[in-house]
Amino acid sequence: MSTGMSQITTWLRDPNPTSRRQARLGQAFMAWLRMRRNPLAMVGLAIVAVLLVMAAFAPWLAPHDPITQDLSNRLLPPLTPGHLLGTDDFGRDILSRILYGSRITLFIIGLVAVTAPVFGLLVGTVAGYFGGWTDEILMRITDIFLAFPKLILALALVAVLGPGMENAILAIALTSWPPYARVARAETLTVRTSDYIAAVRLQGAGPARIILGHVMPMCLPSVIIRVTLDMAGVILIAAGLGFLGLGVQPPLPEWGAMISAGRKYLFEQWWVATMPGLAIFIVSLGFNLLGDGLRDVLDPRSAGR
Amino acid sequence: MRDTMTEPLVRVDDLKMHFPIYTGVFRRHTGDVKAVDGVSFSIQPGETLGLVGESGCGKSTVGRALLRLYEPTAGRVVIEGEDIATLDPEALRRKRPTMQMVFQDPQASLNPRMTLSAIIAEPMVEHTSLTAEERQARVFELMDAVGLNRRFANRYPHEFSGGQRQRIGIARALALNPKFIICDEPIAALDVSIQAQVVNLLEDLQDKLGLTYLFISHDLSMVRHIADRVAVMYLGRIAELSPRDALYAQPLHPYAEALLSAVNEPDPNRARRERIILKGDVPSPANPPKGCSFCTRCPKVFARCRVERPELAEVQPGRFVACHLYTPDAGQTGASGVPEHNQQGASS
Repeated sequence: MSTGMSQITTWLRDPNPTSRRQARLGQAFMAWLRMRRNPLAMVGLAIVAVLLVMAAFAPWLAPHDPITQDLSNRLLPPLTPGHLLGTDDFGRDILSRILYGSRITLFIIGLVAVTAPVFGLLVGTVAGYFGGWTDEILMRITDIFLAFPKLILALALVAVLGPGMENAILAIALTSWPPYARVARAETLTVRTSDYIAAVRLQGAGPARIILGHVMPMCLPSVIIRVTLDMAGVILIAAGLGFLGLGVQPPLPEWGAMISAGRKYLFEQWWVATMPGLAIFIVSLGFNLLGDGLRDVLDPRSAGR
Repeated sequence: MRDTMTEPLVRVDDLKMHFPIYTGVFRRHTGDVKAVDGVSFSIQPGETLGLVGESGCGKSTVGRALLRLYEPTAGRVVIEGEDIATLDPEALRRKRPTMQMVFQDPQASLNPRMTLSAIIAEPMVEHTSLTAEERQARVFELMDAVGLNRRFANRYPHEFSGGQRQRIGIARALALNPKFIICDEPIAALDVSIQAQVVNLLEDLQDKLGLTYLFISHDLSMVRHIADRVAVMYLGRIAELSPRDALYAQPLHPYAEALLSAVNEPDPNRARRERIILKGDVPSPANPPKGCSFCTRCPKVFARCRVERPELAEVQPGRFVACHLYTPDAGQTGASGVPEHNQQGASS
């Protein structure tokens, strides 16, 4: 077993890789080693991993159904046998609801993470690479979006589109792309004057090829770091929309909506609102720690490339 | 040495590269930085033209404008009969393989996220229809040509030393069999011990592949080693363009004289050239002096220099100088339209 492992690591560490795939994997392995040196990043990674496991195995991990009501057992305190984190005002097991709620949270994060950064990256690189009027127009549009507080703009959008999970996701994505456009544009401005872009232009490559093949890969690490750091914000906005009743609708166990439901009992039955609040807090912290660690690993400048 | 009547591979006519300055709230166009202000020269096939001058004199800008990395403000750049400066994008793209560039900073000119073989193969993806295996074979061929071990093919640029990186840059420039290569200070960022290796490699490749170089550098001894003819630039204009040996033996333009007096003599027993220390700073290219651009610092300046701009003219066979010391003291400069054409036959 250990000889198999060491064979793999020597293959990854080979200074003269025989294929491009081996070279890439070797780079990823070195990045992983750098990441492992940062204990806080590993804590963040562990939290995110636990979130993924929770979401994937919710039906097997949850002791009770998250939706079925049992009014005879309502508002049981934590550590009651059978209800580790207590029950809410409809007698539903809070632990089970948090476990199922991780699926909703992850779904929202995932959809926002694949839409907003892609759009922002496209806007930012195009604006940065072409400059001039293109830049002016695209960045002024970005500024308009940035002029509103994210949550307010998301609220307005949901109010127009109507409440619901899909609309909440759409609203969050539409309000969170401008920072990525800014980051990508700033990165593009430094990259586009570099000699290797000049070399590619000398080969006769057109703007599309340069932006997609050379500029975007250089912007990607900054954007990925930014996305990871923003995930906490996305979770909070989603929770905020849920809290205000504009996001995921009851009886689905969304964390923000759960806090909202527990608000009425905050002083006597504190656990109803506190438990989902803790879940939001821990997951946000996890993404922030992971983002910080990724910055050290992915940033080409600090990595000494 | 060379057939003096052959058509030059590269001919540059009155190339100008002005960068506009915008000031004020309304971004008004208030002036231009005249980085290159009327440069003319020609390069014969197989020749190496050295382009020297101090920092900021516009020599790198000449190189970049020549290959349309900048859009030239005015002038013609004729390479193999086609005017690069006005070519439409598609024709320019097809022309690209003919002319390539080796950059100053080998670190900055290689994409840090691509492996060596991907970097060298990229021009072929753009311009040829070779299969992946054929490309890989050509990459190995090029790596052999520039002296890189084939085992390094899948390494990333940061795993190489400066000299090796510059070899990668040279291999990439050679990938499409160019005829004309602009070397933009290719050795300035390298250790002295590595400089000679790279220059020798460039010379070997020139012999083997019949390349033509424009060698931009501020290292006068290295230019003396590699160039056939040398152009000395000052403030966006050519001060003197002469065959190498003649220039280094006896520079004609006062600026060339001052510049070359700074070169160390390898033999300490030989009489040391009198050092000429220029006073003052280079004037701003946004606001060059009226008359000769060198008149503010020239030790031999006289009244005419301050009012009339000297044109580049042939004062000895093959030697071109832009200085009133060598032009007949007539009221008008008879040579105003002539210089860019009469240097075709200029060669040692």
